[in-house]
Amino acid sequence: MIPMKNVNFILGSENIVHTPLPVYDEDACAFIAEVSAKLMSSPLIRQYPDLSALAFWGRKKNLEKMKNNFGDVSGWLGRGLCFHIAPSNIPINFAFTYWFGLLAGNANIVRLPSKEFPQVEALCAVFKDVIKNYPKIADRTAFVKYLRDDEITAEFCKMADVRMIWGGDETIASIKQMPTKPRCIDVAFADRYSLALIDANAILSASAEEIKKLADNFYNDTFLMDQNACSSPQIILWQNDNPQAREFFWKAVFNAAKQKYVLQDASAVDKYTLMCEEAINNPNFESCSREENLIYREELSKLDKDIVNHRGKSGYFYEYALSDIDELLNVVDEKFQTVTYFGIDGACIHDKLIATNALGIDRIVPIGKAMDIDIVWDGFDLVKVTARKITIS
Amino acid sequence: MTLNDLFQINPYSLSKAEKQKALTQILHELTNKHYKQCREYAKILDALKYNPAKVSSYADLPFIPVRLFKQFELKSVPQEQITKTLTSSGTSGQAVSKIFLDAENVRNQTKTLNEIISSFIGKSRLPLLLLDTEMIKKDRSMYSARGAGIIGFSIFGRNSTYALDENMNIDVDKVAAFFKEHENEPILMFGYTYMIWQFVVRALEEKNISFNAKNAILFHIGGWKKLKDQAVDALEFNRRVQNCLGNVKVYNYYGMAEQLGSVFVECEHGHMHCSNYSDVIIRRAKDFSEANIGERGLIELLSVLPTSYPGHIILTEDEGAILGEDDCPCGRKGKYFKIFGRIKNAELRGCSDTYEKR
Repeated sequence: MIPMKNVNFILGSENIVHTPLPVYDEDACAFIAEVSAKLMSSPLIRQYPDLSALAFWGRKKNLEKMKNNFGDVSGWLGRGLCFHIAPSNIPINFAFTYWFGLLAGNANIVRLPSKEFPQVEALCAVFKDVIKNYPKIADRTAFVKYLRDDEITAEFCKMADVRMIWGGDETIASIKQMPTKPRCIDVAFADRYSLALIDANAILSASAEEIKKLADNFYNDTFLMDQNACSSPQIILWQNDNPQAREFFWKAVFNAAKQKYVLQDASAVDKYTLMCEEAINNPNFESCSREENLIYREELSKLDKDIVNHRGKSGYFYEYALSDIDELLNVVDEKFQTVTYFGIDGACIHDKLIATNALGIDRIVPIGKAMDIDIVWDGFDLVKVTARKITIS
Repeated sequence: MTLNDLFQINPYSLSKAEKQKALTQILHELTNKHYKQCREYAKILDALKYNPAKVSSYADLPFIPVRLFKQFELKSVPQEQITKTLTSSGTSGQAVSKIFLDAENVRNQTKTLNEIISSFIGKSRLPLLLLDTEMIKKDRSMYSARGAGIIGFSIFGRNSTYALDENMNIDVDKVAAFFKEHENEPILMFGYTYMIWQFVVRALEEKNISFNAKNAILFHIGGWKKLKDQAVDALEFNRRVQNCLGNVKVYNYYGMAEQLGSVFVECEHGHMHCSNYSDVIIRRAKDFSEANIGERGLIELLSVLPTSYPGHIILTEDEGAILGEDDCPCGRKGKYFKIFGRIKNAELRGCSDTYEKR
């Protein structure tokens, strides 16, 4: 029974059934596919690109593909009840984490962002409508909303077999203090550091149209989330550095940002202040240039391990010319998450990471894909880690 | 022109062209001085690619964000010359600004404040009622901006009397005796806006007590943030002060711990004025270009006073607009402006901060 005082119960079952289902359960897949199909045919997805991405991910074809990739599903069940703490400032993330839990065969209590977002409301209405047709899923689902309240969170933690904790180091620290069953598994998404790797020669040989496309993609990786998502690049590393290539690139990014980005007054002050702090504090500060207050580019004189402690938001980028890829690999630690690249062979970086026994970097994706969330995230196969394999011999 | 030249003239006398010339010279020299003497400041100016040869107006001089005084100990004189370290009255838990003052800087602050305030109240020292507690002065653990303000203002009065006791309760008998003793002469009052509202106006209203001063002047400072939350504006504030204290001319003024001395006083027409010692430039957040008259933007404050720390040109986190220059009906020269209050904190998207702070 869910402790209901001060909890706003949005949908699903208050008496959540926490016996598991098989991974990629037929009903679970059908439910996700039906929600996605509904979204696809609704005008909502034109209004909210994040809903469109969710619907695209959850379509029947993609689910079948993921199920095939999983391999033999027999003998796999969920672990039981999964408690999800979704980010408060990325509206649609809660739906992804819910679906991951569902595909793994778990019952799910999902704490929705307490901030109001129109697309969350719209999506919940679709969920509510579709879930009626799937009693098995409805019995294993509870969407809850409450203001930060440690007592309520602690109650949910006690019940959980899996906790999916989104939202960075501070959230993780406070949730991990709350006791769970001894076998409870935590999948915690900590603060991470991400970067972009660009080959200047590739920029020089790209057409104007390709540069514009690249800039739009880069915009989506960064400004679209105020450069504040774990997978948003903080630094741009140039391979085969060339001043003209940089100019082409940044000019195109500026044009994209100028058209689309709403710079908050406080962000303008924050970026200017950060530049001053960096000038004083960061021994590797070389220079800084800015394009209006939209784009700040801080040039570094040296790349060292301290780089993960320097972070920009809302369009404050660090920049450095790599002499070779080893220079990057030398500073990589467990904080590094996503490399977005252009003009570079991703497989080559992948192989180098393996060959050098790298502690960090979990994702290597083309520029524009930084935000594309998937079953494998932060180095975890989220279905496999939150499910249970029954062996027989 | 030098600071000493400014001391010789009425503090609201320079017209636009004269002020442009005077301030450009003084502030440019200050910028170069701080560049030479404050390492951190020099690093910022280098980052901004500051070129002294390219400065044609003080508006071209670089500004530094006010928050830096919370994060760094910025000073332009050797530590042994520092006679006072001023801390801003930040609420508990927040970092406070630290301002390092040497004797010369303190002297110039006092002198400037004197020039500005006495241009409103005359040169003679009036009986002074401080709408605060004496504890603020006795507690030497921290030389806070609030305490410094009280002490700084005390020089304008005589027979300084504190209206509040150590528990911030209004001492009605003491205040009554003060009004009685000075009933036939003009009196001066000073306090912090919110303290006055909470511990004088509201307290007297609750007790259903009012006084009837015949000729009083009140200066108050501290900002409207807390009063805004209670939907109290300047008009309402003045009206309620007059209801419970009598015939009081109310002057609000604006100043920051980072630029003590060169304060901005609101005139009889409700306009906040720059004096000869200071200026305000409104900057557009999008690119820090200078806003037009009437256009809302970030407030940059300039003061000719800071010599021992690089606070002569700072970018605040307050929003304001210039209302006019040299043409206020009150006759004072210089820019006059309006303050809208602090800008909103940035609300960012992104994946951190899931489990919201309480």
